[in-house]
Amino acid sequence: MVITEAQIWDWLAEVKDPEIPVLTVQDLGIAREVRVAEDGTVTVKITPTYSGCPAMNEIEQNIRQKLEEEGVEKVQVETILSPPWTTDWMSAEGRRKLKEYGIAPPEGSSADKKSLFGTEKKVTCPHCGSRNTKMVSQFGSTACKSLYQCQDCKEPFDYFKCL
Amino acid sequence: MENDKLKYVLRLGDNALILGQRLSAWCGYGPVLEQDIALSNIALDQLGQARMLMQYAAELKGGDVTEDGMAFFRDVFDYHNLLLLELENGHWGDTVVRQFLFDTFNYFFYTELLKSADERLQSIAQKAIKEVTYHAQWSAEWVIRLGDGTEESHQKAQKSLDELWEWTGEMFTMDELERRMAEQGIGVDVAALKPRWDEKVAEILDLATLRKPEDDWMQSGGKQGEHTEYLGYVLAEMQHLPRMYPDAQW
Repeated sequence: MVITEAQIWDWLAEVKDPEIPVLTVQDLGIAREVRVAEDGTVTVKITPTYSGCPAMNEIEQNIRQKLEEEGVEKVQVETILSPPWTTDWMSAEGRRKLKEYGIAPPEGSSADKKSLFGTEKKVTCPHCGSRNTKMVSQFGSTACKSLYQCQDCKEPFDYFKCL
Repeated sequence: MENDKLKYVLRLGDNALILGQRLSAWCGYGPVLEQDIALSNIALDQLGQARMLMQYAAELKGGDVTEDGMAFFRDVFDYHNLLLLELENGHWGDTVVRQFLFDTFNYFFYTELLKSADERLQSIAQKAIKEVTYHAQWSAEWVIRLGDGTEESHQKAQKSLDELWEWTGEMFTMDELERRMAEQGIGVDVAALKPRWDEKVAEILDLATLRKPEDDWMQSGGKQGEHTEYLGYVLAEMQHLPRMYPDAQW
């Protein structure tokens, strides 16, 4: 069997993020590059969302496991830092799935942070669609999220913050 | 030359690791759940940055040294972090003010490190600056909240600031190693960061109705491995397990 890079990408589209299981590593843009060497060794390059992201080891293992299940004998997973991950790499499909899951997807481009002292950004409530929301905390349940509350439906929700 | 770079990268890694370890102690003790989580997130980012730097340091050192070896099997005199970061956490205001003073420095530092002639340091800086920007924003907002809060929070925040000030000088004092690294375009000229830091700190303290202390005699020595008594306790706690069970695995 000759493995193509396109085939590998299809398989990666089935590897889930352990902390947000509706997203795949492809939706998130964590998998950056795939290479198939002549001897059949498959190399997958991944990049962390946050430098201390505790899910990275598990993601690496899950990729390895998935490819091995599909019959790839030699798998190499490499971590790269540059260019640094940005929420701009999250697919439209990924954004849609996040919203359905109850997490507000990142709004606008990564350049929304005002350096050092910022004004609060308006985020749409994933439950009722209201723009009348308030940030409760810059840092949420994982490094990549902030905590918000909707002032209309009163539901608290996570916001996947721009990076 | 390579030895210089190893020492330099380790210094940066030590800063991130020791602050990350200190902040981790707040986990479960924050004044409210959201801020407990915020500080734990910042601690995690610091540990993540420490890992990137120590992985690089281990590669520069060569042989079978790993990032864990760097973190767990060096003693006090081999750690070259800033003294400010090893001080006890104190109360919430002490931790917030220390974080603000360092985050603001770190923000300008990593902004400069983005231009490093060393590609690896450049890519670490690209990653770190995004996180540090959020940290700096968070701690500045908290300084304003405490300073411009109640009479008690104002007094406490002012006292924290006055007491911590003498530990800030070290951030901007260039030693021989830093001078060589800056000359080669690898490291950052930290002395040149001082005016920008002063300006930003003054701006935030003004909003916080806090008085900016005068620069006076400053503590130093951390970068050269001369530490306060506190670092030994930090390392004892952090290194205990891997030293007791050197082959321990998760």
